[in-house]
Amino acid sequence: MSDIPVIALDGITKTFPGVIALDQVKLSLYPGQVTALIGENGAGKSTVVKTLTGIYRPDGGQILVDGKPVHFATAHDASRHGITAIHQETVLFDELSVAENIFIGHAPRGRFGLIDTARMTQDARALLNSIGAPLDPDAKLRDLGIASKHLVAIARALSIDARVVIMDEPTAALSQKEIEELYKLVEHLKSQGKAILFISHKFDEIFRIADRYTVFRDGQFVGDGLMTDVDQDALVQMMVGRAVDQIFPKRVHAPGEVLLQVTGYSHPTEFADINFKLHKGEILGFYGLVGAGRSEFMQSLIGITRPSKGVCRIGEQITVIRSPADAIAAGIVYVPEDRGKQGAITDMPIFQNVTLPSLRKTSRNGFIRLAEEFKLAREYTQRLDLRAASLDQDVGKLSGGNQQKVVIAKWLATQPRVIILDEPTKGIDIGSKAAVHSFMAELAAMGLSVIMVSSEIPEVMGMSDRVIVMREGRMVAELVGEELTPDNLVRHAAGIGMAA
Amino acid sequence: MSDATQTGRSLPDRLTTRAQRIFRSWEALLIVVAIAIFIANAIASPYFLNAWNLSDATFNFTEKAMIAFAMALLIIAGEIDLSVAAIIALASTAMGYAAQFGVDTPGLMLIGLGTGVLCGAFNGALVTKLALPSIVVTIGTMSLFRGISFIVLGDGAYRGYPESFAWVGQGYIWWVFTVEMLIFALLAVVFGVLLHRTNFGRAVYAIGNNPTAALFSGIRVPRVKFILFVLTGLMSGLAAVCLTSRLGSTRPSIGVGLELEVVTMVVLGGINILGGSGTIPGGVIAAFVMGLVTFGLGLLNVPGIVMSIFIGALLIGVIALPRLFAMVRRR
Repeated sequence: MSDIPVIALDGITKTFPGVIALDQVKLSLYPGQVTALIGENGAGKSTVVKTLTGIYRPDGGQILVDGKPVHFATAHDASRHGITAIHQETVLFDELSVAENIFIGHAPRGRFGLIDTARMTQDARALLNSIGAPLDPDAKLRDLGIASKHLVAIARALSIDARVVIMDEPTAALSQKEIEELYKLVEHLKSQGKAILFISHKFDEIFRIADRYTVFRDGQFVGDGLMTDVDQDALVQMMVGRAVDQIFPKRVHAPGEVLLQVTGYSHPTEFADINFKLHKGEILGFYGLVGAGRSEFMQSLIGITRPSKGVCRIGEQITVIRSPADAIAAGIVYVPEDRGKQGAITDMPIFQNVTLPSLRKTSRNGFIRLAEEFKLAREYTQRLDLRAASLDQDVGKLSGGNQQKVVIAKWLATQPRVIILDEPTKGIDIGSKAAVHSFMAELAAMGLSVIMVSSEIPEVMGMSDRVIVMREGRMVAELVGEELTPDNLVRHAAGIGMAA
Repeated sequence: MSDATQTGRSLPDRLTTRAQRIFRSWEALLIVVAIAIFIANAIASPYFLNAWNLSDATFNFTEKAMIAFAMALLIIAGEIDLSVAAIIALASTAMGYAAQFGVDTPGLMLIGLGTGVLCGAFNGALVTKLALPSIVVTIGTMSLFRGISFIVLGDGAYRGYPESFAWVGQGYIWWVFTVEMLIFALLAVVFGVLLHRTNFGRAVYAIGNNPTAALFSGIRVPRVKFILFVLTGLMSGLAAVCLTSRLGSTRPSIGVGLELEVVTMVVLGGINILGGSGTIPGGVIAAFVMGLVTFGLGLLNVPGIVMSIFIGALLIGVIALPRLFAMVRRR
């Protein structure tokens, strides 16, 4: 085992407007070893991958290849140094054949510079065989399953003679059998002396496959070392144990009567058997890993998708919600995670965004009354302390945090009884975060029921009265009081220490 | 932060005055173009500045503009209907067929409008219920509707319309003002109010800009789109009534190619072909611009094919100009 890392990040810093994504982090990958990168959502893992592959250019620090500093100006530079990534959704071309996917960009050339198809097919077959993947090189990628696509991506990585292979949650979409195949492949890559960065939320597979670990938290390096020197508890501790650097508003938890009751909500594919009661004045957190089915469930609650079964009661009344319009009428509103696509209409002015779900209130007999619209928009943007030039400004011209305030204002203007906030502070600056948090607390104090979907542990801990943890579409825990610890959240969400 | 109602700032409604907004608008540019064409025409031909000639000229655009108003809403909502000319053919054929059995003018008009509504509903159902792209659906129904017309009529024609039926397309309200002009003016107001002064109009803009966010905001997106297709069908039926009345006969080739002129009018009016923006006043001015150009060129004995080249050049020119200005300014 060599002591010089194939590639190392040294003091890398990367900032985005209002956010420090990476704060002087370090990471070393050694030949023939698997290094697991561990951290919560938002710890900076994806940013590291993008820095390693030349998609992002760091603002500070250096990248060392074989101990020598290099500079990746483009993704192509990184790929020339033999760095390749297999992403969560691997970038491959559905309409091309397996061989074409493996060799795209560096296909063997024949006469007149044309692609030598015969040789390409032959090489592809050889490569696929070498990784124990008997796929037909001429098959269209579109006809393959996800596991096979992964194999193609790995073959592609090998075809460019990669020295560093980055696997970003490679097992997320695989069955148990396919995961076993993948493990064999990783062993195979190790034996060829490749350095592997393995990103995963699943502790069992980290312990199974990794030789080293590196832990990030909130964009900072926390620790690294050999897997043989740590246990699960120590890793969880490093992931979540933090000095509380965010201040959350103090709240008196005094929930009132049950306002919303959901029983047996199920969906053919996304979630199953969701049951809970939501009280007046309560903030109920929904924690889970990305893909746990939280957003899908929330969207079915407001009628975007239909549940296959289940009952929703508001007060004592059974309420059937078939569309967002029904949900608004019933007093349930949803602030979506994807602000640009589902939340704001960026090419329309602030006031029109705010009044859109409340037009019935500001109009008379279906005719618009501009003065009423401006009045409503002014009132709610003021309550959220929106920073903008005027109410006539297009929402797209505002910062992320202010856009989020417009979206929240829009929903509050409908005077809801239940407000669902899906990752309400994702991608917004610290100042806007604090404003959103204090506003949530205020809403609960006013007797609204708040559901907060969040993947950020400090936020979940700091804001929620009670937390429901979801994993793979199911409720796996309901945590309150003493049980509500970062440790428990992570364990339940990842399924550690329980029958899987 | 305990009482956020006191901490926030009150934002001004707008920073621009109404006059500033109008002055900077696309519509203002179009009016300048219209006036320039008017003056050029007046200089080029001595017959142009004649009330009766100008009145005749309005037939160049009134029927198309009726459809263009509804099409404008449809395009702002991010959809399109290319079957409008075929709907005219089918509606006209239905009226001609009914006229053979002695159906009188009111009945014929109802049949024309009703056929339009049914065709629009058919388009709308295919687009909203089956979630098909409207451009594909209406290219299909374009062949379908006109095809039916061809099967019924072959190379024949319906004539025998009652005398009173001619009033819609050939009648005058007062002096040089035609019935069609009155319909055009009324519809301009109705559609202007519908798009710019109602919740329905606001929903149309929201859908065109971001259908997902519109849906999440409680707008019944499929219903609005369906209504827009029916409205476009209705307007095509109305145009069929006017056109059939004016020509006094129905052939299956009636109004061939008219859908592209309607779309041209809409786009010239400053309505974004990708949806989300545009105004009815813009459409109205664009109708006048197109009418003036065709009429003026007609007076100069310019053949039809050259005329279409002119319209095409005008469209590209008017759309490209603001972009070119912006590019030059950036240098």
